[in-house]
Amino acid sequence: MSAISLHGVGKSYDGAIWAVRTVSFSVGPGETVALVGHNGAGKTTCMKMMLGLIRPSEGTLSVLGENPASGDFAARRRIGFLPENVSFNNALTGVETMRFYSELKGLAAGEIEPALRLVGLDGDSGKRVGSYSKGMRQRLGLAQALIGRPEVLMLDEPTAGLDPALRQRFYEILDTLREGGTAILLSSHALTELEERAGRVVVMNRGMLVADGSLDELRRLARLPSVIRIRVDDEKDGKPAEVMRSFGPVESPAPGVWSVKASPGDKVRVVDRIMRAGLAVSDIDVVPPTLDELYAHFLRSGEGAA
Amino acid sequence: MREIRIIAVKEIREGLRNRWVVAATLVLGILALTLAFVGGTPTGSRIGAGALDIVVVSLSSLTIFLVPLIALLISHDAVVGEIERGTMLLLLSYPVSRGQVVFGKFLGHLAILAFATCVGYGAAAGALAAVGADISRSSLGAFAAMIGSSILLGAVFVSLGYLVSALADGRGTAAGLAVGLWLLFVLVYDMALLGALAFTGGRVFSAAGLNALLLLNPTDAYRLFNMTAFADVSRFSGMAGLAADVTMGPGVLLGALLVWVAVPLGLAVLVFSRREI
Repeated sequence: MSAISLHGVGKSYDGAIWAVRTVSFSVGPGETVALVGHNGAGKTTCMKMMLGLIRPSEGTLSVLGENPASGDFAARRRIGFLPENVSFNNALTGVETMRFYSELKGLAAGEIEPALRLVGLDGDSGKRVGSYSKGMRQRLGLAQALIGRPEVLMLDEPTAGLDPALRQRFYEILDTLREGGTAILLSSHALTELEERAGRVVVMNRGMLVADGSLDELRRLARLPSVIRIRVDDEKDGKPAEVMRSFGPVESPAPGVWSVKASPGDKVRVVDRIMRAGLAVSDIDVVPPTLDELYAHFLRSGEGAA
Repeated sequence: MREIRIIAVKEIREGLRNRWVVAATLVLGILALTLAFVGGTPTGSRIGAGALDIVVVSLSSLTIFLVPLIALLISHDAVVGEIERGTMLLLLSYPVSRGQVVFGKFLGHLAILAFATCVGYGAAAGALAAVGADISRSSLGAFAAMIGSSILLGAVFVSLGYLVSALADGRGTAAGLAVGLWLLFVLVYDMALLGALAFTGGRVFSAAGLNALLLLNPTDAYRLFNMTAFADVSRFSGMAGLAADVTMGPGVLLGALLVWVAVPLGLAVLVFSRREI
């Protein structure tokens, strides 16, 4: 059974403009799904519907087997949520803030310290939240979401404001939780933020779902070309340029460096022919499409369909 | 109930940190002490007025201005402020209903107000006792009733503040509406009523109609309760004549104040529950 499932879910605030339209996807236990899209693509609206904070205008959704908008809050005890740009009352200390939230979930006070340690805030837990940096607030936000080992974790732009080392740590924490069976849904406005960490990616654009699959599946679907780049020590009367041009438009970003694009089906053949052409190749790179290119592709194809 | 308690305790802790509790207690305490000593001097014991009875008269008049103001200040931001700061979104993702959020905040804010009133006003009574003023049992009762009804008046305006906060689309709007409510109930309503009475020579209003109009303003209900409920006080307040005419007993007046607490609070929960965050 899915921990989170959406069937044809839509949300319209005035009946004319749809913030989210006919979105269907699911997240199973132990799965990490990334919800990717521009700001305003409907990611936050989807999360709010999953939390029961707003009611869908169409479709059905269930979280941990319950309708989140039913008014029964039992399931929320097992959900961790980190809102975008999380904020707290500045007058309270970190540990007081954590105590408040853990009491609301009916958790033991002993859970607070490990959660704070997990995000590296245990040394600052006695300070007021008002004195925290943006990164520290984000970490406190993570700590309150992680406390009590939730079965469903919803994180809205979780890595915003985290430095690279901490981002690494954050993904390690997610891995541990996922191994314990937690269903994780995280949103991001850019695929590159995810660093290939998510098992599955759901791309949203203007409220519509435009792609759903693993990064590898999306790459296959997109059929975006890779860049094949060679470095030659000896230009040999322009022979490298001639060979490369036979595959398509060529770029030469630096002397002796030549690159050409090759579709997934052609890639191996192109490399093979370059190596057999008798050029003095000293280095060769096959650069797969970047996550940004992949993302841009799906946004474009989404526009075409809409 | 557990959730309501947790939210109330948090609200009280925030009030302590933000110095709301200290500020409100100091303001009420200083004013009460000033009235107790300066305000009582001219009359003193020469006309046989109990020192504490005079304080009840002057302090309850002041309460009408001050307590609603403090109550609105701490309450008008409660819903819309948390929504704007983004803390409400997180709070509502927890296993807690919006009604519990409002009731929890209400109890917390009420506790802050009750503490400030009891300590601030109690200090005045204590100081009078300390300097050896003659305090009778009945004036002590009137004073206690004044403190209790002041807290009730505060509760009315905390409720009204929540309703404003649940309705307003921004903190600025909420603040503006709160000021408007304060002006309406503390100044405009009575002036308009007085004006209408003077203009028509009081002929238009039946006694029952006037009573109803007074109950429609919580500050009037509070004033009548404190000026008429205790015989000694009503003598010094110049309200003895009126007290004889007022057909509404203390029970009715307190009941009206309780309705003034319950209705806006209920509406605030209703409006907030329908609001999309």
